[in-house]
Amino acid sequence: MANYKKISTRILVLGAVVIVAVGFWASRSSNTERNAVADDNVALADFRSTDIEAIQRGEYVMRTADCAACHTQGKNNMAGGYPLATPFGTLVSSNITPDRDTGIGQMTERDFFNAVRNGQGSKGFLYPAMPYTAYANLTDQDMHDLWAYMSTVTPVNHAIDENSAMAFPYNIRLAMLGWNMLFFDNKAFDGDADGADRGRYLVDAGGHCSVCHSPRNALGAEKSDHYLQGGQLGSWYAPDITSNPHVGIGDVSVEDLAEYLGTGTNGQATAAGPMAEAVEHSLQYMSEDDLMAIASYLKSVPASKTKAHTALDASLPSMKRGALAYEVNCAACHGVEGEGMGELAPALAGNHALQGEPNNAIRALMVGARAAATHTKLTGAGMPSFAWKMNDQQIKDVLDYVRNSWGNAAQPVTPEQIERIRVGMQARDKMIDGY
Amino acid sequence: MTTNSKADVIVVGLGWAGSLMAEELTRAGLNVVAIDRGPWIDTSTHTPPAVDPDELRWGIRKELFSPPKDNTLTFRNTLDQTAVPQRDFGIFELGGGVGGAGFHWAGMAWRFNPYDFEIRSKTIERYGIDRAEDGELQLQDWGITYDELEPFYDRWERIAGISGKAGNLNGEKIEGGNVLEGPRSRDYPTPPLKTLRSMEVFNEATERMGYHPFTIPVANISQAYVNPLGVSMGACSYCGFCLGFGCGNFSKSSPQACIFPALMRRSNFRLLTESCVTRVNKAPDGQTVTGVTYVDAHGKEHVQEGDIVCITAFQIDSTRLMLLSGIGQPYDPRDQSGVVGRNFSFQTVSGVDMWIEGEQMNPFIGAGGLGSQIDDFNADNFDHSDLDFLHGAGMLTLARDGMPISKANKLPQGSPRWGSGFKQAYKDHYQTYTTIFNQGSSMPIKHGYLDLDPNYKDKFGQPLLRLTYDYSQSDRNMAKFTMDRSIEIAKEMGAQHITPFNFADKPFTTSIIASDHVIGGTPMGADPRTSVVNPYLQSWDCHNLFICSASVFPMNSGYNPTETVGALAIRTAQAIHQQYIQNPGALVKV
Repeated sequence: MANYKKISTRILVLGAVVIVAVGFWASRSSNTERNAVADDNVALADFRSTDIEAIQRGEYVMRTADCAACHTQGKNNMAGGYPLATPFGTLVSSNITPDRDTGIGQMTERDFFNAVRNGQGSKGFLYPAMPYTAYANLTDQDMHDLWAYMSTVTPVNHAIDENSAMAFPYNIRLAMLGWNMLFFDNKAFDGDADGADRGRYLVDAGGHCSVCHSPRNALGAEKSDHYLQGGQLGSWYAPDITSNPHVGIGDVSVEDLAEYLGTGTNGQATAAGPMAEAVEHSLQYMSEDDLMAIASYLKSVPASKTKAHTALDASLPSMKRGALAYEVNCAACHGVEGEGMGELAPALAGNHALQGEPNNAIRALMVGARAAATHTKLTGAGMPSFAWKMNDQQIKDVLDYVRNSWGNAAQPVTPEQIERIRVGMQARDKMIDGY
Repeated sequence: MTTNSKADVIVVGLGWAGSLMAEELTRAGLNVVAIDRGPWIDTSTHTPPAVDPDELRWGIRKELFSPPKDNTLTFRNTLDQTAVPQRDFGIFELGGGVGGAGFHWAGMAWRFNPYDFEIRSKTIERYGIDRAEDGELQLQDWGITYDELEPFYDRWERIAGISGKAGNLNGEKIEGGNVLEGPRSRDYPTPPLKTLRSMEVFNEATERMGYHPFTIPVANISQAYVNPLGVSMGACSYCGFCLGFGCGNFSKSSPQACIFPALMRRSNFRLLTESCVTRVNKAPDGQTVTGVTYVDAHGKEHVQEGDIVCITAFQIDSTRLMLLSGIGQPYDPRDQSGVVGRNFSFQTVSGVDMWIEGEQMNPFIGAGGLGSQIDDFNADNFDHSDLDFLHGAGMLTLARDGMPISKANKLPQGSPRWGSGFKQAYKDHYQTYTTIFNQGSSMPIKHGYLDLDPNYKDKFGQPLLRLTYDYSQSDRNMAKFTMDRSIEIAKEMGAQHITPFNFADKPFTTSIIASDHVIGGTPMGADPRTSVVNPYLQSWDCHNLFICSASVFPMNSGYNPTETVGALAIRTAQAIHQQYIQNPGALVKV
């Protein structure tokens, strides 16, 4: 019965979406007129750019847009097959190599622009898991360069069925038309992409930061009034990166932020999970100037409303238990005073992400995590799993302790938050309880 | 049988030597394929800090080691005996995965003494030819001097982040360091570890006796460090779970902790794991090698072709591979002809266990290589004119670990061994126990050698290696001499209970652990009649074959071999890409 209910709700939702869609059929959300600057005659499979500089610039655009992260699975560059878990089912990334049969070899430059900037692909509408909502901001020049680069990618024959694992009705691509009507802001970047607004351009266009770092509504659209204030991303939480000084990046210097983005760590913030992928595939390839521009822009983003907490009293029995557990299990790497271990283990004292939403801290403690490994900081150290060694209460004690010591202050972690991750991650229980 | 695409360089065994060479050679732009018989092992995944301190799993059951059922040798003391297989862990502890023994080693980071490299010349110079040629010993120089190797020792110490204090900076003696070491061009990259209680007691006693104690330089590093390859390490937490263990804190230098993060991301490097090289293939004319044959995890045989082959396996495996491949003439102990298998040596270990009542050693604070040492009776640092032996031992006290299972055996003589009496004795003595361990040198002898066993085969049907060895009289006398000195030191330290030990007062056996440091079999040297490889570790027989392993040591010193293997590996790799590649052929003309 529950299933029927779910499906009928979905049909209702879909119906509403379609009705709205039909009503605004001619609206600007599906208008691709500005892509007329692109050539519509030569297919990618028949084209190979010889403009070395354009190819190099295009490769840089590809890096800033992090195409490879989702479109590469295993060794075949851009051949797709990477599964993306969404609340609506699992999508598989498409093959975007110039292969004529299974890739995008039959696309013209115009088709390519339509897909990247407007979410209109060769098989119909794209799902917004492909961040065309952000790529709409890419300039004509960057798109031309990206096209030149794409022509140099080795074609790989690899057929992909992108949406067969999506639940009904989300497996119907046409539904995205309605989604676009409601949520897709189809317009070009409104600033100076190569000058004063470079940081904002990189964040909002190629970088598509808000795709993860902004929360989404029930239909999977970003909440624009919560821009970059943090969002759930599968089992990870993409933290608040507004200028909020408590849980965001307001208290971090532009240089430290740029170092983090370009190398994976600044000794305090350390990229892991999907952010490690973003650093490894994309950010580490960006120029120093661009990283500084991104950092400067982020620091100008209006702060979220999250207020500073009052630190828990260190004399609480739970804080004392946490302190002992910290000393025994954590202090060897993270330091007796939470000062961290150089580039290897992040400092916890003054760590802003640690004091916000606790999802990632629980996840790291429960199942471990691996830091980004980059060209400049090669190591990619590991945080071990403590699921087998700590029960939920012990995890709460130690997290409450590190989130409320050395000047840190944060809300106590709730047993529900810990339980959700232990179950969600299928983490094992503590091996032997009682000590 | 399948044939892989050809490589510029094949590295056989990805331990310290293999990974150092692969790092140098890939950085120089060469395509390198490394083949290792073990599986991939990684610090974070396999031995994270929450899993690492498990004495039963790693220390007692030795799960990181390659077990004797997979890799062993046969042994006899003399030519007239029939050798039988070693069926338990003993004189060597082979690594079970990539990183080799460099992953589970304790971490003492020694340079050999200048005397070692020119042991024959310097012995003759100071004591006359009769001492160098006493009828039993087979001394030979390395064909390289300490000064020639110094820049490469320095490079290895930088890569590994070694913690210590120099005692001889460019000839200037420095208080607190090892004033008897060879001159070094600069200090260690990280400062020495803390002085723990057992070291304090040892230092005070030996200073009173006029000796020169110092903190052992270690690969359990003292502070956060970024090495020249850009790899980060963390500070040692003194957990003491080092020897036999991986280090989840990124504090113990290993190929994993120091080299793999840089090496594994290079597109011109390829690693084949769980693949055992069974032979190096010779070209029809026998002047060069063409590559190697290996067996993968499914028992399937493959050929990997390469322009250069570097055998960087553990000492026994490097020697065995040469014998199995039929490269070089096998050594014959009856007339000392041939070279492959020659100059096997172990280390000649003695010392004391002691208990000092009222002390609190807190042994649970420790680090794998940590301790204090005196070199006053090591190398040729003392006059041997009136002594009946050559060389000596590094005499050290260990502040390594307080492992509760293995320490349960460390009780004074006469203590009850079971029941409540045992428990009380263990309780009384856990805190008061310490030791002096004489890591004694071993001089090569005419009748100590390695060859292929005529009876026993491994799982691939290939003959096992056979060891024929017993201590020389010189080594036995040295062990007794240094044991007596350690008893004197123990008394000066205030020990009420002293239990001396001397592995060399009985016939040699492979079933002792003693020091784990076996060497020789493919000695290096300037004379092809007495060595398998030249001073660049290049085969005298096939110029595109190099061997970097402790098997190239022509003798064993009173120190751990790891750093010397590392320095030689870097030197050889540089010789390959700076000299050999431009002009393939013998790097040393005879």
